[in-house]
Amino acid sequence: MVDLWSGLVQAFWLVATLDSELVEIAMRSLRVSLSALGIASIIAMPLAALLAVKRFRWRRFVIAVLNALMGLPPVVVGLVVYVFLSRSGPLGVFGLLFTPTAMVIAQVIIVVPLIASISHQALRDLWEEYHDLLISLNVTQWQKIHTLLWDARRALLTAALAGFGRAIGEVGAIMVVGGNIDHATRVLTTAIALETGKGDFALALALGFVLIALAISVSLTIHWLSRTEREAKW
Amino acid sequence: MVSGLFPVVLNGAATARRGQILVGPVDLTLNGGGVCVVIGPNGSGKTSLLRMMHGAARLTHGSIDWACPTPQARRAQAFVFQRPVMLRRTVRENLAYPLRIRGARRREALKTAGDWAERVGLGGMLDRQAPVLSGGEQQKLALARALIIEPELLFLDEPCASLDGRAMREIEEILVTAREHGTRLILSTHDMGQARRMADEVAFLLHGKVHEFGPAAEFFTRPGTPQARAFINGEIVE
Ligand SMILES: Nc1ncnc2c1ncn2[C@@H]1O[C@H](COP(=O)(O)OP(=O)(O)OP(=O)(O)O)[C@@H](O)[C@H]1O
Ligand SMILES: [Mg+2]
Repeated sequence: MVDLWSGLVQAFWLVATLDSELVEIAMRSLRVSLSALGIASIIAMPLAALLAVKRFRWRRFVIAVLNALMGLPPVVVGLVVYVFLSRSGPLGVFGLLFTPTAMVIAQVIIVVPLIASISHQALRDLWEEYHDLLISLNVTQWQKIHTLLWDARRALLTAALAGFGRAIGEVGAIMVVGGNIDHATRVLTTAIALETGKGDFALALALGFVLIALAISVSLTIHWLSRTEREAKW
Repeated sequence: MVSGLFPVVLNGAATARRGQILVGPVDLTLNGGGVCVVIGPNGSGKTSLLRMMHGAARLTHGSIDWACPTPQARRAQAFVFQRPVMLRRTVRENLAYPLRIRGARRREALKTAGDWAERVGLGGMLDRQAPVLSGGEQQKLALARALIIEPELLFLDEPCASLDGRAMREIEEILVTAREHGTRLILSTHDMGQARRMADEVAFLLHGKVHEFGPAAEFFTRPGTPQARAFINGEIVE
């Protein structure tokens, strides 16, 4: 109890004084997860739009794979990425293992299925609504996708935020491929795991506060966005 | 504007879905100009006929031959649906959309959109979100969005269903103006008053077939079949 209390007090001071180690770790977390989010969105959203408007042979298969990937434990994703990036693996020559890049790759794989399937639902509904008009106007495939992505932008933002929440709170995969190396690949979640293991509750708790604050603000934003979406109907 | 869409010749044209014929086979020749009103009981195939001619429903049997190549013919047509489709954008952007699709510059498209909003009486609502407009306003918006590309042929699927008398009159005025500018109209309706007011020709559909087709004056005064006579008199047609 005493441990916990003094931990809390110290944690508060770490946050209040913007402790340099804390800031460094939080910033790296943000950098890795935001990069992963950006790349994942660029892959997932056009893919979702394509799945919504195009009837191709592998469509059902791709949707099934996305759903399956969504249920994959992150630590398994980490393991697979590890195998590919390890020195003897197919991508070993790039020397990416235990770098932030490796963590970004792992998070992209984890987040793409989530963003794609949330986006796909929204885009499919919108396509159902727009179908007759867009067909009648003879739009090209590209105009179709562009129109849907633009008019569903709020729903897509919600999808992106959900992806960010998943990425920033994820620990299994980045622990495996990043290695939790001090000043190199240590991020919020892996640092919390480490400090808790060492019994250094102050830093662990301070890191935890930051993480919780991030998570809460993300989910509040999602909540607010989906409410305004329903009210404004756009 | 009067280039080469017409005459259009339908030869045994039919559209089917999962093996079931929705409308057809239809043999019909339409010349340019005027209003062709399509009437018939619920489920007789009015919507399907319009969609098939426009190319929104797949032609599964027979042929539809425009006087120009089909892709060119499709670009000269517009369609107003029974339930108007509202893009989740402002009124102004809804109107500008077909122009933008055709490669118009944003500035010019938005300006033309403003002009058309004025013409259909939506001038004060340019910056409203289209999905929150009233039913009648949505119909007017859909109509203006169809006319903005100055189509040679405009399909209208029950454009005045669930509108009150005043909104219907406003829409009919817009349609009459369009016809005077040379736009060919093919319009389906349940409203016999509207059919009488608007029609130059009438196509009477029954059970997915064109039961009777001819000049409006003749059709309303001397219908050629007992079914058409019954339908005009508001009786139930078997
Ligand atoms: N997509 C579809 N799939 C299966 N059947 C359809 C489809 N669309 C229309 N039908 C059927 O085809 C027939 C003609 O329908 P259509 O909508 O053309 O009639 P309509 O004359 O426009 O009727 P209404 O006056 O009610 O609008 C109906 O029996 C309808 O159930
Ligand atoms: Mg209909």
